[in-house]
Amino acid sequence: MYTQALNQPETGPNAAEDAARLARFEARIDAEERIEPNDWMPEAYRRTLIRQISQHAHSEIVGMLPEGNWITRAPSLRRKAALLAKVQDEGGHGLYLYAAAETLGVTREELVAQLLSGRAKYSSIFNYPTLTWADIGAIGWLVDGAAIMNQIPLCRTSYGPYARAMIRICKEESFHQRQGYEIMLTLCRGTPEQKAMAQDALDRWWWPALMMFGPPDSESAHTAQSMRWKIKRFTNDELRQQFVDATVPQGHYLGLTFPDPELRFDPATGHWRFGAIDWEEFRRVLAGDGPCNRERLETRRRAHDEGAWVREAALAHAAKRRARAAAQKIAAE
Amino acid sequence: MTTIAVAETALTLGLLRLADTALVHAHRLSEWCGHAPMLEEDLALANIALDLIGQARALYTYAAEIEGAGRTEDDLAYRRDAPQYRNVLMAELPKGDFAFTILRAFFLAAQAEPLWRATAASRDATLAAIAAKAAKEAAYHLRHAGEWVIRLGDGTAESRRRMLDAFAVLWPYTGELFEADAADRALIEDGILPDPAVLRPQWDAAVDRVFAEADLARPADRWMQSGGRSGRHTEHLGHMLAVMQHLPRAYPGATW
Ligand SMILES: [Fe+2]
Ligand SMILES: [Fe+2]
Ligand SMILES: [Fe+2]
Repeated sequence: MYTQALNQPETGPNAAEDAARLARFEARIDAEERIEPNDWMPEAYRRTLIRQISQHAHSEIVGMLPEGNWITRAPSLRRKAALLAKVQDEGGHGLYLYAAAETLGVTREELVAQLLSGRAKYSSIFNYPTLTWADIGAIGWLVDGAAIMNQIPLCRTSYGPYARAMIRICKEESFHQRQGYEIMLTLCRGTPEQKAMAQDALDRWWWPALMMFGPPDSESAHTAQSMRWKIKRFTNDELRQQFVDATVPQGHYLGLTFPDPELRFDPATGHWRFGAIDWEEFRRVLAGDGPCNRERLETRRRAHDEGAWVREAALAHAAKRRARAAAQKIAAE
Repeated sequence: MTTIAVAETALTLGLLRLADTALVHAHRLSEWCGHAPMLEEDLALANIALDLIGQARALYTYAAEIEGAGRTEDDLAYRRDAPQYRNVLMAELPKGDFAFTILRAFFLAAQAEPLWRATAASRDATLAAIAAKAAKEAAYHLRHAGEWVIRLGDGTAESRRRMLDAFAVLWPYTGELFEADAADRALIEDGILPDPAVLRPQWDAAVDRVFAEADLARPADRWMQSGGRSGRHTEHLGHMLAVMQHLPRAYPGATW
């Protein structure tokens, strides 16, 4: 999930790649073997994975902010605990994913620096604001719901550490999705004001949620190679359709209306057909011009900058301890 | 959604003092989520906040049951105004920097840990069960905060300066942790809660041990702040409750 920006063609140097090793690698992929950190892999495979895993990690971390916005205002103690635990889970997902990326020979510090400098992307969905409590329901239901659609196939992705991280993450995301839907259900069965809040949240989050699957297959330069290497198992459009098919009946059960006049069930195929996505908005938000892009990055940068003295202190203290232990050892000899 | 005041007996007041301190402290800790100096601390501070929210919920539920007025944990958290809150003042002070947050968490955990350990043997079985769970949680909070006090006190010049600044602000709020009024004394006599005079030496020992490693010195005891436990708060609590209670107050009667 959250890897919408992976659509620039891969142009790294691969001429020097050893043909025999490449053939062996591809045979292993074809045999559904998992690739592990110490195994040989083509540079393009490594780079694609680093980019995809780190974008996913960044998305988890930036994603803590829109929901974190409601922790202090959650309307009951049960909801407060559940939301805080959810945001904490997302931080944990970021941590496992950075660790998975590190097995490919980058450091978390380098990856975080790429995020903070604006070079690395994260999911465009987190550049939209959370304006009411219903947004917490809508995010769980739709954003975590879209994440699961995208991530369940990643549990079988060809790179071992990534697949294993995804298995753990998917369990928690499906819990988040149910929790979000339950918030929506409570609002929709509540007062007219609460139901209106839920409808407004669906109106604002529906299209951005569909954009989470990335550009249409016709424009997605990476899909073919990633599918061949079994990094991806389904195309963006296939996953988007699966999500729409699963989600529309859930929305109808809530008694809500989707903000798409063209949405209709196609009995011939069994799919829900939806209207045209505003790809112009998608590209604009991904490129930096969304409602909260500036704010989200500034918040991450501020946390990083204001925390620098703490990280330095921890390192300085560890160094002092080591020095004292060494001095004691020498004195004892 | 009108504001309520609980008919306080010694026991309900004792429970509210514990619950409010836990909830108000949790609120301050939760303000770090997404903004901590490192990802590991986003998780750790959220963890501590979650434990405290869990303690508050159990204590409110029990207080509401004893009051017998058909109220819930949420009525007690969301419908009392600042003068009805019974938390210690230290818990409500604004978030501050990481040194402040850590030192406050350390002082509160160093009091909570022996308090819950002793309360696990309370003559009140419900409270004893809550305490047994809380004691384990507080032991972790104390260890986590204590390790950071040492790192920051014995880290860089800047971390040490910040720790000393936090110390100067927080120390006058430590006296309130060991106060005992008539209601407290009634609970002590009935074997429901421990005597703060018994807890104090354990708190001192924990503070002395960590301060020695952090190379920090305690100041001479001087005038201490007081009032939170009887509803006289700092200016900060009203703002916190305005945020925390906003939704239930804006939509009276709604279920969330
Ligand atoms: Fe996610
Ligand atoms: Fe996540
Ligand atoms: Fe999630």
